[in-house]
Order: sequence, then structure tokens, then C-alpha cells
Amino acid sequence: MTSPLEQKKIKIAGPSVVTANRTWDGIVVYRTAAKGWSAELSEAAIVRNSDEARALLAESIADDVGAIGPYIAPVQIGEDGKILPGNLREQIRRTGVTIGQPAQV
Amino acid sequence: MPLVNGGKIVDDSFVKLAVDTPLPERGDILVPAERFLGEAEGLLQRAGRVGVIWPNNRDIAELVPYLGRIAAVALVFPTFRDGRAYSQARLLRERYNYRGELRATGQVLRDQFVFMLRAGFDAFEVKKQADAEAFMQTARRYSVFYQPTGDGRITALHRRMQLRHSEGVGT
Amino acid sequence: MYAYDEIDRTLVNERVSEFRDQVKRRLSGELTEDEFKILRLQNGVYLQLHAYMFRVAIPYGTLATNQLRALAHVARKYDRGYGHFTTRQNIQFNWIKLAELPDALEDLAKVGIHAMQTSGNNMRNVTSDQWAGVAPGEIEDPRIWSELIRQHTTLHPEFSFLPRKFKIAITASDHDRAAIKIHDIGLRLIKNEKGETGFEVLVGGGLGRTPFIAKTIKHFVHGRDILSYIEAILRVYNQYGRRDNIYKARIKILVHELGIEKFSREVEDEWRQIRNSSLEIDDEVIEDIRSRFTYPSYEKLPHMPDELRQAAADPDFEAWRKNSVAPHKVQGYSIVTISLKPTGGPPGDATAEQMDALADLADKYSFGEIRVGHEQNLALPHVAKRDLPALWKALDKLGLATPNVNLITDIIACPGLDYCSLANARSIPIAQELTRRFANHELANLIGRLHINISGCINACGHHHVGHIGILGVEKNGEEVYQITIGGRADENAALGTLIGPGVKFDEVADVVEDIVEAYLALRERPEELFMDTVKRLGVEPFKERVYATR
Repeated sequence: MTSPLEQKKIKIAGPSVVTANRTWDGIVVYRTAAKGWSAELSEAAIVRNSDEARALLAESIADDVGAIGPYIAPVQIGEDGKILPGNLREQIRRTGVTIGQPAQV
Repeated sequence: MPLVNGGKIVDDSFVKLAVDTPLPERGDILVPAERFLGEAEGLLQRAGRVGVIWPNNRDIAELVPYLGRIAAVALVFPTFRDGRAYSQARLLRERYNYRGELRATGQVLRDQFVFMLRAGFDAFEVKKQADAEAFMQTARRYSVFYQPTGDGRITALHRRMQLRHSEGVGT
Repeated sequence: MYAYDEIDRTLVNERVSEFRDQVKRRLSGELTEDEFKILRLQNGVYLQLHAYMFRVAIPYGTLATNQLRALAHVARKYDRGYGHFTTRQNIQFNWIKLAELPDALEDLAKVGIHAMQTSGNNMRNVTSDQWAGVAPGEIEDPRIWSELIRQHTTLHPEFSFLPRKFKIAITASDHDRAAIKIHDIGLRLIKNEKGETGFEVLVGGGLGRTPFIAKTIKHFVHGRDILSYIEAILRVYNQYGRRDNIYKARIKILVHELGIEKFSREVEDEWRQIRNSSLEIDDEVIEDIRSRFTYPSYEKLPHMPDELRQAAADPDFEAWRKNSVAPHKVQGYSIVTISLKPTGGPPGDATAEQMDALADLADKYSFGEIRVGHEQNLALPHVAKRDLPALWKALDKLGLATPNVNLITDIIACPGLDYCSLANARSIPIAQELTRRFANHELANLIGRLHINISGCINACGHHHVGHIGILGVEKNGEEVYQITIGGRADENAALGTLIGPGVKFDEVADVVEDIVEAYLALRERPEELFMDTVKRLGVEPFKERVYATR
């Protein structure tokens, strides 16, 4: 997974969201259409072209107190309209590590 | 941008000249290194104090012949992440015994004050007003220092030696 | 053990209150993330995939039991009940909240633990041999010097904004357990012909995308000059190290671009001007630091106590003893390595319960002291041999007696894509699968000493370049692909591994490693010939042929 930290040019190939980590506790959040952040991917604002993506990212970056390190991440939209992470990295960010956590093993 | 000198926010008597700004007749001026080196004698003979703005990638030793005659050296932090000017500051103070004003310019933020003071800076062009106002409070954040620098603060190692010896005297 | 005095405690407390203020200003928006990032990094706080990560220093790998309990407390109270020991004698917590970090730091400060400079472009935690002070044949305890350098590099007013991070490691033994040749500065403690203590100084080692083995810059620097010599190296680096490209900013690139001769001349010129300054260390200063390291009052004990003789009948105990117990400089005592590499577990992780229990065992059996090694294992440095059987039973109950130290399942791995925001591929599940494949200890012993190192990206936190078998995860067309090297090593004969063939998919990595091992077993001249020696003798080709013949 190419680290999105290296994301320079904004060019999206399909439906995408803006994701970041919430400043005070670090949890994974998604930019919502209501100009806020949500821990639920289902509440994320979906962008479908590069202009929309750029605008959503710019607005997200401006909210520096709310969340940090925003970037554009691909998603897949299921037949039922459900939003799913578009790659392994985002899958791991959404559902957690793919290994058992030692304290729970 | 507020200037902190001697721990207080003060008016800046220096005017910064660009490479091609006409020379004002009187008053204190801060001149870019290149211009200074090019017309040093003329600049130093006019009325008013002269300081030099020295970039962080130029050998500070070039300035040594003039140190006795200039009133200020302004070192540059293009970003606070670029720490080259700390070395230049220590060399000026500790190797070349420069005693004039040593000014930090560029992205000068509150959380670098203690490092800058220890490296020998005594004047600060602070980027944010709130940081300038918090200067004295911030400068007192630390009371323990591990490294010897030219700022005269006693190091932890030496304080320990003093403690040892004073204990030794009693026994 | 080094005991903090009031001076050290004051500094750590001042640091905590400074960071509390910085966090407060960040949360209120007074500081932007761009401004805050360096401040948090300098306090060991990263942002990872799921949360902030908090890296705490364990200088030169020495921990007291109250410190280990404090780490367990942090894991429990502020995190998810476990921590991860790293390759640089640090521990990481993966789920910490920024708003709670000042409290966590304050709790740690109470027992003399800090997170200063565990990240950021400054001088990182000074690391050393985890067997320092107890290994037979050591020149002298390298931790005295490590502590001196730790203090000198802490909040250094000139070198806190270097071009890039800077790591120093020190060893005092012939066998280098501190991996000094892959550090920015590696120090080897030696005596000169007059019997004076000093250092061979190496510079410019490092892994990452441009790996280099460190080169000797000076064969002998007297102990009293070591701070001024390090200061000279850093001053040259601070002024001339590249700042235009993060991937070319480490000192190894400067040394490479200037050449070691020119670089050492620059250092020498600078050093000449500062060596007879207040940086010169007098004996009294060293003695003061030495006096604050306490050593156990060892008993006079037999080399072979009855308890050990009796326990030898138990093959499981014997397997563990032969694997995990090493000779101590004092007769009747041993150094016990505690494997944090259980079958199927993430390498280097320990739960809060394990940490607490281990602290109890260290109090009972190891004079209250624990060590942390760069191989991501722990050690109890002073165990009486008569106590080994009882200790083993207790460790086994905790899942901490896996007899695989230095064997194929003693894997070094970075957190990889499961945790790390820089990673391109997962590391931990690869390690877990390999530990399952080679779970049979007889098989692992038959293979012998073999280090596998796994990194989930080119930054090489898993030190894959110097693994006997190195595995590097990369990304290709959205998929995880792993490149495999053989023949690397991290010890006194440090070398970089050679690529064995094209990258393989996630599911194939364990198969390839099995094939490499099979090839080795077929190719070795005799059972004593270690994997790395066979690779050295034959080169990569015969391995390549066998492994890739059917692929």
C-alpha cells in the first residue's frame, strides 16, 4: 500500500473519502458532508472526481484542531450502497489489526 | 513581529535593508551578508549601528574580521526545524567571543527559546505575539542543564561535583 | 542500575510540565499540527494508523522492577493492556490518547522513566549491550559511558534540530550485541596499550533505503575526550548534513558523499578546537556516574548446584536451559534471556500481566533488574543457577519460556501495516506464520542459529538488511509483495544481505523460507556449519537455484 503520506497530486480513480485521525485521542475518523468528523465510514462524504476531492481535502486540512493528517482514501460502494474501504490499509484502519492483540489472545 | 531583547518586548531600532535598498542616511541597519561583505567599510563608517543578517549555510568564520565593529548579528531559522543557526551561534559566542547582539530571526517560536538562549542568542524576532509575551515564563521552564555552553549556566555534572565537595567538607 | 538523583528527576519533571503545556496549546488550537508535530515527536509521540503511538526510552536496556511495573501500569491505564519492545531498547504503546499523554509521562517520571528524544531529528536513546555489566570478558560496564552520553545528548541546545535522527550504540564485548555497525555512531569500548579506557569510533552506519555498514573514523579516542569527539562529529553533521531530501539527510549519506577521509578531517579540525574545553571529562565525573550504578551483592555459589543437577532430568527444562541461559561473569550465576517470541505471537509484545509477573520474578531471582535487548527479547541478568528450575517453571506458566532464542523463530519484526502509517505491507502475520511453521523446537535446533528479520517498508525498522534471512514487504499494484535476502548479519562482522530472487506474495513467504532452510540443510557441510556460514561459503546462487527451481 503506497503510504498516503506520500500523496502529492490529487487524482482519484473512483469513489473516495477523506480520512484522518482525531486530534485529542487519535482514533480514525472520516470527513462528513456536514463539515465534521465521524468515526463511522458510513457517515463519510463521498467524492467522485478530483475537483470534489480537492475541495473536501482543503476543507479538512483547514480543520487542524479537529483531526490531523487528512488524506484521500479510496472506497468501494456495495450494491446496497454500503461504503467499504478500498484497500488493505484502509481495511486495517477501519477494522483493526489483522493479528490478535496480545492482551486478548 | 515583536522583538524580545533582554527578556522584554522592545522597539526594534534596526531597519532591515535588502540587497538593493538605498542606504538611509542615519539610523541602525541590518544588512544581508553579501551586501555587508561587499561594502563593509562604507557601511561601518556611516552614522548608526550596523548589524548583519547571516544565512545559515554560509561559514560564520567569514564574519570574524568584523565582529569587533558590528552591533548585531541576525541568524536565520528558515523553519524552526532547521537547526544550523544553533551551531553558528555557539561558534560566534564561544569560539569567536562575539559579545554584541545575537538575534534569532525567521520562524522563531516559543518552544525553541530555551535552546536559543543556551546557544547564545539574546534577541528574538518572535513570530507570534503570544509567544513573545510568554518569553520570560518560557525561559524559566528548565533549571537543569546537562551540557556546558557559553551561556554560563552551571551543568548538572558540575553541580553534582559541587554537592559532593560541599558534603565532603562537612564530614 | 543507575539511580536518578534530584538533578535528573528535576529535568524529567520539567520536561513533563513543558509537554503538558504544549499539549494544552495544541488542543486549544494555539499550536498548529505542523508546529506541534516536532514537539510531540521529541517526546516520543507518533501518529500511526489507528491512533497515536507512544515510545518510551529504556536507556541502554536496563530496567528496575518498579519501572517495569510502571510500564505495565501505562499499558493498562492508558493503552490496551500490552506494549511492544523495539529493536532500540524502547517500548511502544499503540493506542494512547494525546490528551492523556502528559498523565502517562508523569506516572513514568515518578520512577525515572522518560520518552525524551525517542523520536524526531535529534539524538535518540543511547543503546548498549543488554548483557552490560554481567557478560564475562567485558572491558568494563558500557552503561557508565552510555549514561554519560545520554545526559550529554538530552535536550542538547545545539543538536536538537539535526538534519535527521541520530543514533548512538555502545558495546564493550568482543561479540557485539548492540549492533553498533548499523548506527550513526558506534562506540566500541577498548583499552589502549597504556591500559587506558577509550573508544574505537565508527560512523555512518544505518539501514533504511540506503543501507551502510559504519566505518571506523578513529581507532582510539580517550574516554575523557569522548564527549568532545561526539560533539565534533555532530557539529560537522549539523552544518553540512543534507536538509534538501529526507532520504539523504542521515549522516551515512554525508560520510558517503564526502568520503570517510574528508569527513574525518573535518571532524578532526573541529575536535582540535574543542577537545580541551569544558567537555573534557575528569575522572571524578566518571566516578560520580559510576557510583550511582549499583551492583548486586552476589553470594559465593557453586558452579553446579544440586537443584540444577536434579532438574537436568527434565528434557523440557534442559531444552530451555541450553537455549536461553548464558554464562555470567560471576560463578554460580547466569544471564537468562526471556523470549518474547511465542509460537503464533507478535514478536516483542508483552502484556501488562506478563510485565508485572516478570517484575515479581526479577525481584525474587534477579536482584530486581531486567534488561531489554535489541532482538526484542528481555533478560534477567543475575539469576543464581540454583534458582533456574524454579524460574523456568514460573516463566513457562507466563508463556515466557519459549526455548527459541537465536533460533529461526526468534524473529525481529517491525509493526508493519497492522500498526504503522509508513508501512507498505504487513510484517507481524508473516512472523506469526513462520513461528507456526517452525514451532517444533527439535527442528529449530537442528537448523541452529538463524535470524529472520522482517520490515514492512523500505525504512527497515525490522533490520531486514542484516537478517540472516531478511524479508522486506513492498507494495506492487495494490498488493503486498515480499523481497527476500540472505546472508546479512548485524554483529561485529556486520554485512548486508543479498536478494535471492523476485518478490513473492504474502501467502508464499513462509513456503519460500522453508525452501531456503531446506536448501541450507542440504548444502551445509556439517551440522555445525551455521546458515550464515554456508551462505558465505557458497554465495546466493545455489540457494536461488533450489528455491526458485519450481517457482
